[in-house]
Amino acid sequence: MSARLMQGNEAIAEGALKAGVRFFGGYPITPSTEIAESLAKMLPKVGGTFVQMEDEIASMGVILGASLAGKKVLTASSGPGISLKQELIGYAAAAEIPAVIVNVQRVGPSTGQPTAPSQGDVMQARWGTHGDHSIIVLSPWSVKEAFEIAVKAVNYAERFRTPVILLTDEIVGHLRENVELPTDIEVYPRRKPKISRAEGYQPFTPDQDLVPNVANFGEGYRIHVTGLIHDDTGFPSGSPKITREQIKRMHDKISRAEDEIIEVHQEFMDDAEFAVISFGGTARTAYEAVLNARKRGIKVGFVRLITIFPFADKIIRQISKNLRGILVAELNFGQIVYEVERAAQCPVKLCAKYDMTIFEPEEIEKSIDELILEVK
Amino acid sequence: MRSYENFFRQNRLPHLWCPGCGNGIVMKAIVQAIEKNPDFNQDNTVIVSGIGCSSRASGYMDFDTLHTAHGRAIPFATGVKLANPALNVIVITGDGDCTAIGGNHFIHGCRRNVDLTVVLFNNNIYGMTGGQASPMTPLGKKATTAPYGSVDRPFDACKLAEAAGATYVARSTAFHVQHLIKTIEDGLNNRGFSFIEALVQCPTAYGRRNKMGDPAKMMAWMRDNAVMKNSWDKLPDDKKIGDKFPIGLFFKAESESYDESYKKVQEIAGGAAK
Amino acid sequence: MKSEFTLKLDRCKGCGICVSFCPKQVLALDTLGKVYVANHENCIACGQCELRCPDYAIFMDKVKKEAAK
Ligand SMILES: Cc1ncc(C[n+]2csc(CCOP(=O)(O)OP(=O)(O)O)c2C)c(N)n1
Ligand code: SF4
Ligand code: SF4
Ligand code: SF4
Ligand SMILES: [Mg+2]
Repeated sequence: MSARLMQGNEAIAEGALKAGVRFFGGYPITPSTEIAESLAKMLPKVGGTFVQMEDEIASMGVILGASLAGKKVLTASSGPGISLKQELIGYAAAAEIPAVIVNVQRVGPSTGQPTAPSQGDVMQARWGTHGDHSIIVLSPWSVKEAFEIAVKAVNYAERFRTPVILLTDEIVGHLRENVELPTDIEVYPRRKPKISRAEGYQPFTPDQDLVPNVANFGEGYRIHVTGLIHDDTGFPSGSPKITREQIKRMHDKISRAEDEIIEVHQEFMDDAEFAVISFGGTARTAYEAVLNARKRGIKVGFVRLITIFPFADKIIRQISKNLRGILVAELNFGQIVYEVERAAQCPVKLCAKYDMTIFEPEEIEKSIDELILEVK
Repeated sequence: MRSYENFFRQNRLPHLWCPGCGNGIVMKAIVQAIEKNPDFNQDNTVIVSGIGCSSRASGYMDFDTLHTAHGRAIPFATGVKLANPALNVIVITGDGDCTAIGGNHFIHGCRRNVDLTVVLFNNNIYGMTGGQASPMTPLGKKATTAPYGSVDRPFDACKLAEAAGATYVARSTAFHVQHLIKTIEDGLNNRGFSFIEALVQCPTAYGRRNKMGDPAKMMAWMRDNAVMKNSWDKLPDDKKIGDKFPIGLFFKAESESYDESYKKVQEIAGGAAK
Repeated sequence: MKSEFTLKLDRCKGCGICVSFCPKQVLALDTLGKVYVANHENCIACGQCELRCPDYAIFMDKVKKEAAK
């Protein structure tokens, strides 16, 4: 396949399509709209369906209905729209419905700065719905990776029957790069019931990996799906034991696969005394800053979170043992830094920015220098 | 056992509705209408509901059933239908679910004309949460949040549906059982967005507070005040007074449903066969 | 008798709808609030009771002339 000039948002649409997404429901919002526009064009070409809904709540509802009817589904939005989607992201977690939600972050809160990049929705991605729930959050730093992460997000949604947040930002969403997209893609198929109705099939009985093989609608299983706490039959249960077990299982199904899900990109860590931790579009600048600092003889490593949640506790703890200090660079007032502080066993410093503009490498370099002075 | 009882999950009955609640009558009318339609069976029909007393119906019906979030049944149902147009999709909703929190989804559902049949169980109140006023509580009626009588002007959901583009709009009541079954049956046959408002008595959260008597009295009120559309149209305006209200078919139009239209999009794009 | 009743008393909630709409005062509620057939001989097998019961607790079948001696 020859290289193509492509935008991050388009790469997400392409990746989702390659991973088998056949249904998109959405509502326009900058800077995510290109994902909807690409899929409006591409989906009907492959027999898929694009529908523009009346708002982002409806967009979530329509993809969850489509997912239950057997399609792999995606929606995309940004800050204000993601806030509306939260209600039914919780439904997807509770009813274990595979769905991918792309958040192309812009400056908030509220309408904020619609065209300006931000990474201010990190904690929203983790906790943005009511109640205890687990979730997978992935963040790419390049156009090519946006494609790959889109494939991964769809696969994880299907494998774990969970909502997956593809947390990108305006930087990567609107980045144009010449990319050669991979052709040999592994696709996780929709899970299927292993026994028949007659054999006593229950839609929410967990398989060995703790994930239930929920039948699609229209396949003769006559299942019941609800956002109420339910037992393996799918029907509501008022039992404390069932409540505890179900909430725990929905966490465990993801946490037990953490080592597989968590991906962290590390460079120059062999001799590192310091490290810069970053993710998404900011990591591009952080990388440059690390290169510049190393040219000046500073032993600083580069750590990029590809999987934001589940958080890379173990990895951060491990690497922090050999470090004198960590700098967390993020395009917000400080969010992931608290996760890093929790895990790290060395001093942690925040390099935050929240003024519409992206980092300059010099700003991060300067923070590295300050960190070195502070830990002396 | 009556044949329609096969459409219930027998192990989940008796249902949780209060003594005399009208929801059970409408739920039965829905399955009887389904039974009469040869294109509908238990494995190709999906029941989607929102949140409320009425929306609990989905749990008792032996189909693929989806009990969604408050107000969101129509978007979920739209997804089910568009993802697999071979499925028949029926929505069960309440007056609050459909016209308050779900109001925007409702009008856009009508406008989009996806092939869904929506049955609104109108008890004029928020039943599940204990009797707060809904956008369909009549003026002057009492609710826990309208203790002096409601001054909040109500919707006529049928007029709303028609204006928004639904292609089948009708009203019936829990008293007019045979009419109700026929009304739902015709709605199921319409290829497009069908809306049926079914008046139901809620003795617990509405009737008692408004001194409407026992459940049978509330049904007798439906009998005495409902006027068939044909007669209603002939009534002079000075006779359309008091509690009188029209029932029957208000609107029907032939218009291609969204799911059929989108098939054409797939054809133009070259993906119809895929 | 013109009719035969099947009562599913576990479902009956004693709402009184069948009692009220019966044109012949055939039905009544017992002290526990469950339906019972009080005056079977008056039943005209009109089916109002079954039609309106919200709880699917009362079923009425017409008895054919020959069978009903
Ligand atoms: C987002 C949200 N807001 C509020 C509620 C609480 N709630 C549950 S049911 C209900 C009203 C139901 O009224 P209606 O739709 O008329 O149904 P009914 O119970 O009368 O059948 C409300 C307000 C909720 N579940 N979710
Ligand atoms: S509160 Fe009203 S609507 Fe709800 S079950 Fe009781 S009678 Fe029915
Ligand atoms: S109508 Fe049904 S539930 Fe009500 S009293 Fe009669 S048999 Fe019982
Ligand atoms: S069939 Fe008619 S007359 Fe007989 S008990 Fe029922 S309502 Fe009464
Ligand atoms: Mg109501």
